Formats: sequence, structure tokens, C-alpha cells
Amino acid sequence: MPVPTEPARACAATRTEGGRLEVDLGGEWRICDQRPVWAEVLGAQKPERVRITAAGIGPWDTSILLFVLEARAGCRKSGIDCDIGSLPEKMRLLLGQFEATLKPGAKREHGEDLLTTVGLATAHATTNLRGILSFLGECVLGAARFPGRPHKFRWGDCLEQMQECGAMSLPIVSLISFLVGLTIAYQAAVELRQFGADIFVADVVGLSVVREMGPMMAAVILAGRTGASFAATLGNMKANEEIDALEVLGLSPIDFLVLPRLLALGLMMPLLALYANCVGILGGMVVAGGVLQIPASAYWVETQSAIDLSDLNAGLIKATTFGLLIGLSGCLRGLQAERSAAGVGRATTSAVVTAILLIIVADAIYAVVFHAMGI
Amino acid sequence: MPIADPATGPSPAPSDPAIEVEGLECSYDGEDILKDVTFQVGRGESFFIIGPSGCGKTTLLRNMVGLNQPLKGTVRFLGKPFSSADIATRRMQLRNFGMLFQGGALWTSLTLRQNVSLPLEEHTSLNRRQIEEIANLKLAQVDLGGFEDYYPSEISGGMKKRAGLARALALDPAIVFFDEPWAGLDPITSRKLNALIRQIRDTFGTTLVIVSHELDPIFSLADRVIMLDRDNRGIIAQGAPRELAESSPDKRVKEFLHRGSNTA
Repeated sequence: MPVPTEPARACAATRTEGGRLEVDLGGEWRICDQRPVWAEVLGAQKPERVRITAAGIGPWDTSILLFVLEARAGCRKSGIDCDIGSLPEKMRLLLGQFEATLKPGAKREHGEDLLTTVGLATAHATTNLRGILSFLGECVLGAARFPGRPHKFRWGDCLEQMQECGAMSLPIVSLISFLVGLTIAYQAAVELRQFGADIFVADVVGLSVVREMGPMMAAVILAGRTGASFAATLGNMKANEEIDALEVLGLSPIDFLVLPRLLALGLMMPLLALYANCVGILGGMVVAGGVLQIPASAYWVETQSAIDLSDLNAGLIKATTFGLLIGLSGCLRGLQAERSAAGVGRATTSAVVTAILLIIVADAIYAVVFHAMGI
Repeated sequence: MPIADPATGPSPAPSDPAIEVEGLECSYDGEDILKDVTFQVGRGESFFIIGPSGCGKTTLLRNMVGLNQPLKGTVRFLGKPFSSADIATRRMQLRNFGMLFQGGALWTSLTLRQNVSLPLEEHTSLNRRQIEEIANLKLAQVDLGGFEDYYPSEISGGMKKRAGLARALALDPAIVFFDEPWAGLDPITSRKLNALIRQIRDTFGTTLVIVSHELDPIFSLADRVIMLDRDNRGIIAQGAPRELAESSPDKRVKEFLHRGSNTA
């Protein structure tokens, strides 16, 4: 095996003949390595003409073209004639190509002026709204078709999604709900203790967890976990033309992909909210027992007296709505994703943001409606 | 060396090899795909890795360039060990490579110019203007002049592949690897890509390692080929493609190289 030898470095040897500067390029010219710079090669010399040769040149690449172009540009600026006729033909050919690409062409602008930006944003918003309405309409039609042909429904996918968004979410829902119950109890304990109303910690925790925080926290967790997953999966499927393949086969992506996910979330969210309520109350009970020395049995009796069925129902109705909103946001953004890796990333972010926004809006609407109904 | 082709026999080893692969053993998803693969590629050679789908062509290529770690064996580039080298040495050696992936593998958040500029920014001390000029040249060489500010999502599959080639050539590498460069291209675009690859080899004497099962480029571009087979888990023939097509006694080699009318 030949022993690798150190390559000769790129060099430019100069000599003067009359008024002509002879520049002979030699050594190995590699773009990653150091190479001579024309200004240093020329130094203080002021020749009438320059001739560049490369008789003893080793392996070369684009870096030599950069040098020759620098030399030609420098000579042109100083009014010196630069002769490159002795360079190898391949090198001259590439130099020609290189010089052709140096001519300034029209740059493609990605930015727009203000008016165009506003117009494009309006058009985009309109298209987006139409897309959302069309998607909702298709979901309603799909759901309406469902009772007529339940055997066509993707029950297997639905069960898989139920496991994914329900059972697999239990650890994180447990942790967050426990900590939320614990935090509410601590905050309430500080105030209530001053009035000797320690036992009412159970009321505060019970009501706030069952009516608000249980469903809300479960929904926020699922928006980040399951909604993002739906958007990423459907976005990737769109990028891989799997959605197109469904449509070409005459299968509705809504029936095939969206409805099983919506049903799974719609069924699992109330169960998760119920579970979050229990864990939240448990968190409150731990603080009540540890800090306020309230016995667990007393805490439980007070909680039962504070919460009635309407509170529980209000929480579960909200949870079902939140589940559907998370599913709709995730699937909508996934189906709207651009066919690229960046597009899938944007769809995922957008799904989470949309879901959380819709959850907060829906919660506010429910607060008003329940108040009006006296629930 | 598992060469099962007594008629053609192993081709003479190049005296000054650019790539030396010795006793390479590769797996994919825990399954052994290739065993005891040994071959050499000469400097400036157009070397094809051919064979039917699933025989391990891409696996071999990925193991050669370090995207997968071989189970056994060594890979040497330009006389220096690669597969067993430490990370810093590998990084230095990677400057000598360019690779064109099947789908172009362009970074979607960057324009074509930025895609080509990135290797130059990372591995050279050139200034921004020079880097842009070289990127423009490389894009012009693959016939994508005027598309410098386009994003990958705005161009066709064939253009993506050419842009991927421009990026692979950004550092004027001594060795360029191609993974199925003609897959999914129409005949006219394929022919243009052929001419481009030939031009790269002829201009800079670049060593080309190409994974393909397309007959046209095999016969028009390849100096030498190795053929892999799934059952043998290794090389079943190597040599010049025309010699193999005419005189290989192996039925699999003949069948593979006599598909269609290109070899008639």
C-alpha cells in the first residue's frame, strides 16, 4: 500500500520579464486549505502585463478559479492586461462558467410590501376560514353517515387511539392533577386558617377541581400530547401522499382518519377528567391532613357535601367538548400541513396553540351559559 | 473474498485505490445483510454497486460513508482508515466526500443557495461573497442558475436531485457517492444527470461510487461494477459491465444485465 504523502501546498511563484509579470501556479489547490491571495502575490509590483500559467499544477478545484478571478478583477481595476491563455483548457472552461454566474441577476424577493402583505394575509385568513368550515362540515356529514354503516367504522384504530390518549396519558395526568389539587389546597389553607375555617379547604379544592381545574388540566395535557401527535401523524401522512392515496381509492380521510380519533378523544376525555378530579381531591386531602391536621374522613364528608351532581356534570360536559376540540384542531392542522418537514412542525405547533385557545374560549362560554342556567 | 464468478474472476485491484473495503459485515434492523464484502475502487473510477432490490446496496453505501457502523471489517479512504477512526479524524475525512441521497435530502428551511453554501461555511475560510459565488457556480453547473433563492418545496423532484448534487459538489470532493440517482426521474432528466455526472468525473477526476439498478447508466458510465445478492449476502460478481453481461456464467448476473434491450 502506498504511504500517503503530504500534499504540496498551493503556491503562486512570480518572476518579471521586461514589464510582464509571470505568475506560475503550482502545488495542490483544495478549497478547504489555505491558498495564495492575489493582493499578496502582486505586492508592490506594478507590471504592465500579467500572464498566469499553471504548467506544474497538481490536483486543483474551485479554489484556483477564485484566485484567477481575483487576479483578473485586480488587473482590470489597475488597467493591466491579464493573459490566461496558457491555463489548461478545462480550467478556462470553468472560468468562463464561473464568470457567467457572477453577472448580477434578478434576486427573488421573498418579502412583500405592506399592502401586498395585508392582502395576502386577508386572502390566507379567508382560505383558512373556508378550510375550517369545510372540515367541520365534512366531520358532521361523516358523523351523520356513521349510524347507517357502523361496520365500516375503523373500530380498531379507534380503540388504539383510546389506549394512546387515555391509558397512556394516566401517569402525566396523575402527576399534574395531584400537584394542582395540592397547590389549590395550600393557597386556600393560608387564607382560611386566619378565620378558623380550615375545613372549607375541602369545599374550595372540591369545587374548583371538579368544575374547572380537573377538565381544564386534563385538556391542556391532551392538547400538548395527543393533539400534537394527531397533527404530526396526519401531516406526515400528507407529506408521504398517504392521504392522496386514500382519496384516489374513494375513501374519505375524514371517515378513515379523523372520526376514529374524534370518537376516541370524545370518550376518553370525560373519563380522564373524572380521574383528574379524584387525584386533585386526593392532593388537597394530603395538604389538609399534613398542614391543617384535618382527618381524611372529615375532609371527604365535607367534599361530598360541597359537590353535587350538577357540578360533576358541568365538568364532564366541558371535558367532552374539550376532547372534541383537541381532536378537531389536531386533525385539521395535520390535514392542512404543507408537504415538508418544516410544514409538519408548523402544523404541530399550530394544533397545540389552536386547541388551547379553543379550550379557553369554550370554558368562558360554558361559564356564562352555566351561570345563566343556574348550574 | 466471496467472488462467485469464475469466468470473470476478481478484477485487478487498482494500484492507487481511493477506497478500500475489507471484510465488511453489515446489518439492517438487527438482521445480517452483508458478510465479508471486500473490494477496492481506483482513483477517478466510476464504480457501480448493482443488484436487485433488497440485496443491501444502500446498506453497503451507508456503512461505507459512516451513516451506519459496520459489524466487522474496515473502510479506508485515500489510504487512511475511516470506519475505525475517531470522530475528529472522520470529520476531517468527510471533507473529501460528497453524497447525493435518493430524494436530494435538501434542508427545507434553506434556499438552494443556502443549501449549497452550508458545507462551504463549515469547512472553508472563504468569505460570504466568495461562498455565494461558488454556490451560484455549482447551481449553474447543475442547470439551476436563476433558482438560487428558491426553497426546496418550490421546485420539482428532478431539480431537487440536481440541487442535492450541487450541494454534494460544493467542496469539490475527491469521492462522490450516489444513492439511486436516477430513481423517479424521466428519461430526459436522467440523460441530463448522466451527462452531468460524466462531466464531474472528466473535469476533476472525481471518484464516483453509484448505487443503482438502472441499466442505461450502468453500461454508459460504469468502469467497474460489483453485483450483490441477497441469498449470498455479498458480492457475486465484479468487473466491467459489458464483460459481465457477455461472459458471466452466473445466471443471476446475466438475467440482471440482460433486462430489456439495452445490452443487445
